[in-house]
Amino acid sequence: MAPSTLAEKVWERHVVRRAEGEPDLLYVDLHLVHEVTSPQAFDGLRLAGRAVRRPDLTLATMDHNVPTAPGPEDPVSVRQMDALRRNCEDFGVRLFPTGHAGQGIVHVIGPQMGLTQPGLVIVCGDSHTSTHGAFGALAVGIGTSEVEHVLATQTLPQSRPGTMAITVEGDLPHGVSAKDVILGIIARIGTNGGVGHVLEYRGSAIRSLSMEGRMTVCNMSIEAGARAGLVAPDDTTFAYLEDRPHAPKGGDWERALEDWRGLVTDDHAAFDREVRIDATELRPYVSWGTNPGQTVTIDDAVPEPTDETAERALAYMGLQPGTRIREIRPDTVFIGSCTNSRISDLREAADVVRGRAVRPGLRAMVVPGSMLVKRQAEEEGLDRVFTQAGFEWRDAGCSMCLGMNPDQLAPGERCASTSNRNFEGRQGKGGRTHLVSPAVAAATAVAGHFCSPEDL
Amino acid sequence: MQAFRVHTGRAVVLDRADVDTDQIVQAEHLKRIERTGFGPFLFAEWRKDPDFVLNRPESRGTTILLAGPNFGGGSSREHAVWALEDHGFRVVIAPSFADIFRNNCTKVGLLPVVLPPETVRALMDSVEANPSIELTVDLEGKRVTGAGIERLFEIDDYTRQRLLEGLDDIGLTLRHEDEVRAFEATRPSWLPTTA
Repeated sequence: MAPSTLAEKVWERHVVRRAEGEPDLLYVDLHLVHEVTSPQAFDGLRLAGRAVRRPDLTLATMDHNVPTAPGPEDPVSVRQMDALRRNCEDFGVRLFPTGHAGQGIVHVIGPQMGLTQPGLVIVCGDSHTSTHGAFGALAVGIGTSEVEHVLATQTLPQSRPGTMAITVEGDLPHGVSAKDVILGIIARIGTNGGVGHVLEYRGSAIRSLSMEGRMTVCNMSIEAGARAGLVAPDDTTFAYLEDRPHAPKGGDWERALEDWRGLVTDDHAAFDREVRIDATELRPYVSWGTNPGQTVTIDDAVPEPTDETAERALAYMGLQPGTRIREIRPDTVFIGSCTNSRISDLREAADVVRGRAVRPGLRAMVVPGSMLVKRQAEEEGLDRVFTQAGFEWRDAGCSMCLGMNPDQLAPGERCASTSNRNFEGRQGKGGRTHLVSPAVAAATAVAGHFCSPEDL
Repeated sequence: MQAFRVHTGRAVVLDRADVDTDQIVQAEHLKRIERTGFGPFLFAEWRKDPDFVLNRPESRGTTILLAGPNFGGGSSREHAVWALEDHGFRVVIAPSFADIFRNNCTKVGLLPVVLPPETVRALMDSVEANPSIELTVDLEGKRVTGAGIERLFEIDDYTRQRLLEGLDDIGLTLRHEDEVRAFEATRPSWLPTTA
């Protein structure tokens, strides 16, 4: 057999049907569902009199809309969550609703339960499905028509993507996190640098990352335009998975391990494209514009605009070229989202704020990625570290990443955010988002201007 | 799905790069559980500016959107396509599209047409100079004509055929039920279930 890449191996083992002139029909091992992109899909099934083919490979949670603090609930959000509850009942799909101990952001709970495993094809009606690629799964974000297709058939017709290696070699400098790795990658290849491709993150710097860190990297593959992103599974992956509730047990664990160890890109396998990055050149990054490619290091200044897109971005962000990043003062700090809301993210942020205080006048909040992450953090006392410093400590959900619940920026407000998108209005109409790592977000909350923990 | 063969209509120029789906329809409007009625939310923030191109009188009744490169990036929300469709658009022409957006378009029946940047620029210039120009997009012949321009575009035959006939993907896949069942029989027993 010709040498092949990891993405090609996972693809090949899921081909249900291959015919000349047609996209491959792929089998889906795990379909994750949330309240926003599914109601029309379930309605489509009802109209056609179709069932969910494999409820046992489907899991639903509420995350986008959910309130993360007590208060009046938006009736339109309630209606959407009620629709998910009814749909899951009618079609026999397991659901983690609000108030359930298992509830959380869809891309946090899959790995946490051990459902996300190497070599699977995973889909979800959400572009950050790429997160699950951290385990060596092929994880693809899909639209609502495709959600309906997967519900009805457990398969998905897919045109073959290209393959792209992103090799980050060397030791990451002190203070450079997984978030900085992916922001640095996107700053180099651009927001459309990965279009049509599955990215495989490789090299010693990637290997050195924890599973949480790899999830952060893979999560933002879509921000480079990629169809998916993945990392070959290794001992770090297996150690993370072992004993998780849905991981294989006993003899099955041994069989699974044997299979998973083969999930690597073969020597001499050819990628369609390759990018090499020297890890020692990476720094903590801060985005200045309105897409995740508009990013500079924390030591830089806001750049001179080179095109109309950059001019529009600067006007929207209310920034002047030449302003040092460290001189920019946010009103809000948000630590959360499917990019950076896992226990290790919260620990990193807590280490920075421990014994310190949030700058007066600044609003700072921590939104754990799942209720289990929240519970674990509380067991470790992180909640007290945050609340004593002046952070709000919330329930799990997508929250201020996309402002579908009451957690939003007011017009003109500026936010240091550990989320994934700095699009116009993403965190609230007129809101201005700067993407950063949890450590930079935490240090910024203390200082009142962008900075790294070393600056404190 | 709505079939697409040939469409003739007037175009509107949205001369911006990297228009993401958050701009096409913002998150607050994704709470609706209906499939229709998203048109009023299309570019809602930008439409607050009375000079925004969709607010100009000549834009009324346009059915073709001429857009900049990397159109439709970001969120996978199909609501973005529904909003464009509900507003009355049948075609989006751009130098490049984001993958998920383009895929969503072909499931709904909104035709995404990729043309070289210089051709899109020429079409934009012509339409801006004379908004009454009509363009014809012929999926059968894979051709865009109008404003003195005639240009072939590429689209894979499978997607083209599906759009021409308005075929439902699920119906097509269900024809292969035997193959799906045969595949399922080969899956290792240790693979996870959500039960």
